[in-house]
Amino acid sequence: MASLRDIQTRINSTKKTKQITNAMQMVSASKMNKAEQNAKSFVPYSEKIQEVVASIANGGDVPKHPMLQAREVKRTAYFVITSDRGLAGAYNSSILRTVYRDIQARHQSKDEYIVIAVGRVGRDFFAKRDMPIAREITGLADQPNFADIKDLTSETVQMYIDEEIDELNIYYNHYVSAISQEVSTTKLLPLTNISTEGKQLSSYEYEPNQEEILEVLLPQYAESVLYGALLDGKASEHAARMTAMQSATDNANDLIDDLSLSYNRARQAAITQEITEIVGGAAAQE
Amino acid sequence: MKTLMVSVVTPDGPVMEDAFEMVSLKAENGELGILHGHIPLVAPLSIGAIRLKGQDDTKRLAVNGGFVEVRPDKVTILAQSAEKPDEIDVERARKAKERAERRLQTKQDDIDFRRAENALRRAINRLDVVENR
Repeated sequence: MASLRDIQTRINSTKKTKQITNAMQMVSASKMNKAEQNAKSFVPYSEKIQEVVASIANGGDVPKHPMLQAREVKRTAYFVITSDRGLAGAYNSSILRTVYRDIQARHQSKDEYIVIAVGRVGRDFFAKRDMPIAREITGLADQPNFADIKDLTSETVQMYIDEEIDELNIYYNHYVSAISQEVSTTKLLPLTNISTEGKQLSSYEYEPNQEEILEVLLPQYAESVLYGALLDGKASEHAARMTAMQSATDNANDLIDDLSLSYNRARQAAITQEITEIVGGAAAQE
Repeated sequence: MKTLMVSVVTPDGPVMEDAFEMVSLKAENGELGILHGHIPLVAPLSIGAIRLKGQDDTKRLAVNGGFVEVRPDKVTILAQSAEKPDEIDVERARKAKERAERRLQTKQDDIDFRRAENALRRAINRLDVVENR
């Protein structure tokens, strides 16, 4: 049985850990609120841009724009959103597992795909497995601005326009609620299925003409979807970290309870033993 | 005079939503003035100032890229960024302008040149909006 001192040391160190996880949980909770707000304030923009794109793309004679045409797939790009730091439960591992499985199932050689990695954990994962990383971005702020990631999204879309890639898939954790996030995989490019559900389509005059508007609009639309995924991913990251830290704190509490119990038992045993010794000693004197 | 609802939306959230009498903005192929009852229209915007004419004052916004969607009683401006004069960091814009000018004089690379040119136009636009507020 561990000595009283050993148990006391363990209790103290568990208490320290608990303080840290508790603080991290509160930090993540407030960051999650902020991230959720960011994701919400982005909604009007994305809805509007989708509405306009849908009414152009689905209206009468659809102009032939490369981003709307599916072409023979020679190389697929995977846009993977992970976090920079760990301690977020299954947040990173569930995405990386899904991506890895899909890539292994779909491609035989490394020439057939590239990875665009957001977040250090994802980048390290792909680098370690020697997979081709075309672009990477780490150290993204907790509340990213559109300007922060503008370069990455426009480069990604440009790669499709330049036919470096023929397909673009996004992998990220979708924020369902504070306690639930699920891996979401979306095929962004080519834009073959722009949903028009529940939207009222209007017919517009185009200034100067449809082709030139699509030229400007489609890249912006694709970029906005990427940005939306990133905001969603950030909200999920903080939610996942909050939940992970919550359960770490709970575990620490359980552990402290158990340890206190065995500490008290050990203390009691020591006292009992001492009394027995004294009584035994006194009896021997008589 | 009849008014029309104008909402300015960016990826970082809505910037403004209010009723105005007239909107004038700079589209890719020239200036556009929009009044109530305009036919539905979509046009890409260039870097420039938007003027929103209200009953007794005119508001200005510095807008960068994006496009405008017009309906008879509503105008939606979707921009990558849109700033009110009091939100603009003058010092930063001035520095960006100087930097872009320096770059334009040295760099001859095509892409860099275009980037610097756009940066310069954005900076000039911001300063312009602040000065004419």
